[in-house]
Amino acid sequence: MNKHIIIVEHNKTNVLKSTYCAISAAQTLSKDISALVLAKDETLCKSLTKELSKYVNQVLYICNKDFENPMSQSYAEGISYVVDKFKYNYVWGGSSSFIKETMPRVSARLENAAMISDIQKVINEDTFERPMWAGDIIATIKIKSTIKLITIRPTDFQDKLSCVEDSRSESIPCELQQHTTNFISFDEIKSERPPLSEASVVVSGGRGLKDPDTFKKLIFPLADTLSAAVGASRAICDADWVPNDWQVGQTGKVVAPDLYFAIGISGAIQHVAGIRGSKTIIAINKDAEAPIFQVSDYGIIGDALEILPELTNKIKVLLK
Amino acid sequence: MKILVTVKRVADYEARLKVDNDKKFIDLDNLNMISNPFDEIGVEAALQIKEKNGGEVIVVSIGEKDAQQNIRTALAMGADRGILILNDNKEDFLNTDYTSKILLNIIQKESPDLVIMGKQSIDTDNHQTAEYLSELMNVGNASQANTITISENKKAVKVIKEVDGGLETIELDLPCVISTDLRLNEPRYASLPGIMKAKRKPLNTISASDFKISADSKVCISDIRLQAGRVAGSILKNVDELLGKIGPQIKSL
Repeated sequence: MNKHIIIVEHNKTNVLKSTYCAISAAQTLSKDISALVLAKDETLCKSLTKELSKYVNQVLYICNKDFENPMSQSYAEGISYVVDKFKYNYVWGGSSSFIKETMPRVSARLENAAMISDIQKVINEDTFERPMWAGDIIATIKIKSTIKLITIRPTDFQDKLSCVEDSRSESIPCELQQHTTNFISFDEIKSERPPLSEASVVVSGGRGLKDPDTFKKLIFPLADTLSAAVGASRAICDADWVPNDWQVGQTGKVVAPDLYFAIGISGAIQHVAGIRGSKTIIAINKDAEAPIFQVSDYGIIGDALEILPELTNKIKVLLK
Repeated sequence: MKILVTVKRVADYEARLKVDNDKKFIDLDNLNMISNPFDEIGVEAALQIKEKNGGEVIVVSIGEKDAQQNIRTALAMGADRGILILNDNKEDFLNTDYTSKILLNIIQKESPDLVIMGKQSIDTDNHQTAEYLSELMNVGNASQANTITISENKKAVKVIKEVDGGLETIELDLPCVISTDLRLNEPRYASLPGIMKAKRKPLNTISASDFKISADSKVCISDIRLQAGRVAGSILKNVDELLGKIGPQIKSL
């Protein structure tokens, strides 16, 4: 019998959306799912457990001071301890910077285990689909190991979750080894806007917006009007116009909103890799030859400096 | 300081890819190949550390014979010597375990103070090897590095990482494994004198089978296809036309 466990990520208050997406993926194979919570104190463990108990049959949790901040070595140790002790053979995680940093370590710790990253579809219990070569290729992958570690692209698993009748929880005592990696600080980019990977509207800007001030002057009002997330091309992140966290693309964030606005973005292949799942792509660019027009559903060839204020105002009227 | 960096030979991201006849890989015929951009950033990071602290930079690649070119480029940038492990078995394309165990073998012989790798290679987009390797080495890892600062006593390193929602700073004892992100640095171009010098720098070639490590890939491509492209939509004249098309969608949000 297969045993599934979800690695839970949280922000010290709530479970992250990407974890729910991982539960959704696991539920395509089984309705009997466990979740593993790692946190510093019992109160937090219990409240996260309560949150999860609606959707998973069992929540295991480890409280340890080493889990105050997510650190790959100690988390990998705790996760592999539980997987091995309770003989889970499917380990799921919602792809995120932390899961990417940690899950392969878990895989290395377990016997007869292998990991597949960033799946977009579950075909069956040993077959999955994932993008490769910046999404130019869709590969069907078979995993033959006894223990399968699977990270999922949250934007591809947005289905409603099945609820469970009842759920039990268990505290797992676990002694961790001392590790020589220390957390120093986290510089959070606080925003009132929805997270990029979850927003139903994304307004992204690129080099065509000339400079950081123009970017803000044109993109922010449109994003505010639409309650959208703000994204960016790699070029302007490299140029320090905006935080790196705003980068959309193959090596940045993958987004799949209902509406994606690409403003002054040429549409390089690596950017497109991050927006393919969008329902409707709208491109505004001065350059008629820009590759973005090959993938956009609607495009306007013109100057964003003129078009955006008009677009923003008319949308405001529309939404009144 | 001894720094080991890895460089992978990958398909150029600008190349138009085709699927091979047996639909299990891309068609490599006449395909332009480059060094994985994240690995070039890794080479640059290693060179900057060497320039500041002294030492040696070793470049390791696992791949076909032509990967020698990619190693030579790193040597031309300023790395000191190269090691090529010959393996072009497509079955191992997603075999993180095999790649990591080969690298572990080299690392056990070389005892570097620091291992720097690209966070992902742009063909597999796997983002596993640096982390997997760090666990085999039983050392710390820092993924997606934005800034690397070696401590005064050269026994630790401070890394600022690009994480979801911001930047996280951690400190790790050496040796450890760091994977690079885009904004860590801008790799230098190899100079002409550098290219000439590189020809005489040592480049050892070993066969992967010499390592006596079981390949036995557990992750296999059973089928690949080209992603269906989005069909180009329509070009509209102005904002009014655009809102005519997407207005209802906006109102329903």
